[in-house]
Amino acid sequence: MEALFGKTLNELTALAVELGLPKFTGKQMAEWLYQKDVSSIDEMTNLSKKAREILGGKYEFGLVNSTKVQESVDGTKKYLFPTVQGKFIETAMIPDDDRKTVCVSSQVGCKMGCLFCMTGKQGFQGQLTAGEIVNQIRNIPEWHDVTNIVYMGMGEPFDNLEEVLKSLEILTSEWGFAMSPRRITVSTIGIVPGMVTFLNQSEAHLAVSMHTPFDAERQTLMPVQVAYPLEEVIREIKSWDFGRQRRVSFEYIVFKGLNDSARHVQELCKILNGIKCRINLIRFHPIPGTPLEGTDENTLQKFKDQLNDKGILTTIRASRGQDIYAACGLLSTKELLGNQ
Amino acid sequence: MAKAEEYRKNPINLTEVIITENQEISPGVHLISWKRKHDFIPGQVVKITLDPAIPPRIYSVCSGNNDPEISVLFNIKEDGVLTPNLSAVIPGMKIWATKPYGSFKDGKKPAWWIATGTGIAPFYSMFRSGISENKTLIHGVRKLDQFYFEDELEWAMGDRYVRCCSHEQSCNVFPGRITKYLEEIKGLPTDINYYLCGKAIMVVEVRDLLISRGVPYESILAEIYF
Repeated sequence: MEALFGKTLNELTALAVELGLPKFTGKQMAEWLYQKDVSSIDEMTNLSKKAREILGGKYEFGLVNSTKVQESVDGTKKYLFPTVQGKFIETAMIPDDDRKTVCVSSQVGCKMGCLFCMTGKQGFQGQLTAGEIVNQIRNIPEWHDVTNIVYMGMGEPFDNLEEVLKSLEILTSEWGFAMSPRRITVSTIGIVPGMVTFLNQSEAHLAVSMHTPFDAERQTLMPVQVAYPLEEVIREIKSWDFGRQRRVSFEYIVFKGLNDSARHVQELCKILNGIKCRINLIRFHPIPGTPLEGTDENTLQKFKDQLNDKGILTTIRASRGQDIYAACGLLSTKELLGNQ
Repeated sequence: MAKAEEYRKNPINLTEVIITENQEISPGVHLISWKRKHDFIPGQVVKITLDPAIPPRIYSVCSGNNDPEISVLFNIKEDGVLTPNLSAVIPGMKIWATKPYGSFKDGKKPAWWIATGTGIAPFYSMFRSGISENKTLIHGVRKLDQFYFEDELEWAMGDRYVRCCSHEQSCNVFPGRITKYLEEIKGLPTDINYYLCGKAIMVVEVRDLLISRGVPYESILAEIYF
């Protein structure tokens, strides 16, 4: 049966009209789906009994429960959700003082094949629907307290652009979750056409996975470099006006002896000149079979200081949930292999 | 926003090109060509679209750098926006394309070229451009009729052209996937370059296998179709 959850107001209104229900039923349904603690059509009590019967004959509410939850000693939780294709996706909930950030997946597996990524080892298993993306927020116990959302889980968001944009519409619309787009960050490997559409249609923040400013190095880490060279990504970003409110950041996993030198600092300054941005340095936690190692704390700190001294706002992202396979892709790959 | 309007008009220097040929070289697989206006390095890619308002797709050039035409190889994705229409173009029709670009290029060092399906395109371009002398090409497909350019490659490369077929068998063809073929080789060379092109899962599996056999990751370059 088709799910109501994950439909936009326009879609809900259209299906209400199609079923012979009043047009305003669409808005009522949206409120029940995205703003209230109910999980069945029967609980939509401001709809007539007949309307609920008609709806229930064709649709289901559509929430999907997680099948596994792991909690780290630092409070980070990792939820495993099944997908319609019998695969698994991961969602992390990361508490930090008064913030609760949810890291959502946008695809099952990934097509990008980055050398340092566990999700890529699953290959591409399928696209998530907008409902499956938003379900990762709505169907965790902390959903009322979520302050921030990052699209940094499994998959490349701009390789599933339509559903990602739809999920953003649901999250940021008054009829939906009514979240500020400034509390949402979508992270991309740098798929330029998708990035342009996103920048045009959404107000959420943008994060770009860079990991090295040098083409040849990036190509050994990230095959996407062939199709969308970093130079093209940067050129595109430079042509947009990121005002005070909207933020662009660059994600940079720091690998020992690979991308943590003064030469890299110099090149980063050169290519990011003219962009108001920040760099998030990320510690690398090795995955099975990887030839890469994370850099040591001293080098990491020095790298950060050098970038800040050059005027690029640079932070080190705190590592969270290391004891629960928090690195994206580890838990679902384990589950996938267990089922095979 | 104004930026998007600009993008819609011409985001990435697309120019009109006139189709000179459209060959269905295997069921559902087409090789389309247009007159070459620019020099390029074998292994580079082009973006093409039928309508500049629709974001283009990226394809490896599948012709030599001395050939008079640029060609690209693609299979028809039934639910795709571009390929069903692209497969129907006829000589004389216009499409939109960029100049070739990209950094997937081989040099003089010995190398193994590893491809699945239409991922053979950049290697065929390299072959056509005359840089196959110390290279080995390993091509993996599901069915025997997917060994595109087979006659030409077999004649020119001989034993350095390896065919792997996972669903059908034939003499001189390894029965199984590329990963199985590589697993059965005892001493994989570790002092050469490896170039991989195809779907992500092949690239990831082959790359992991090569790394586990002592090949430095810096010697492995990959291009992924997505």
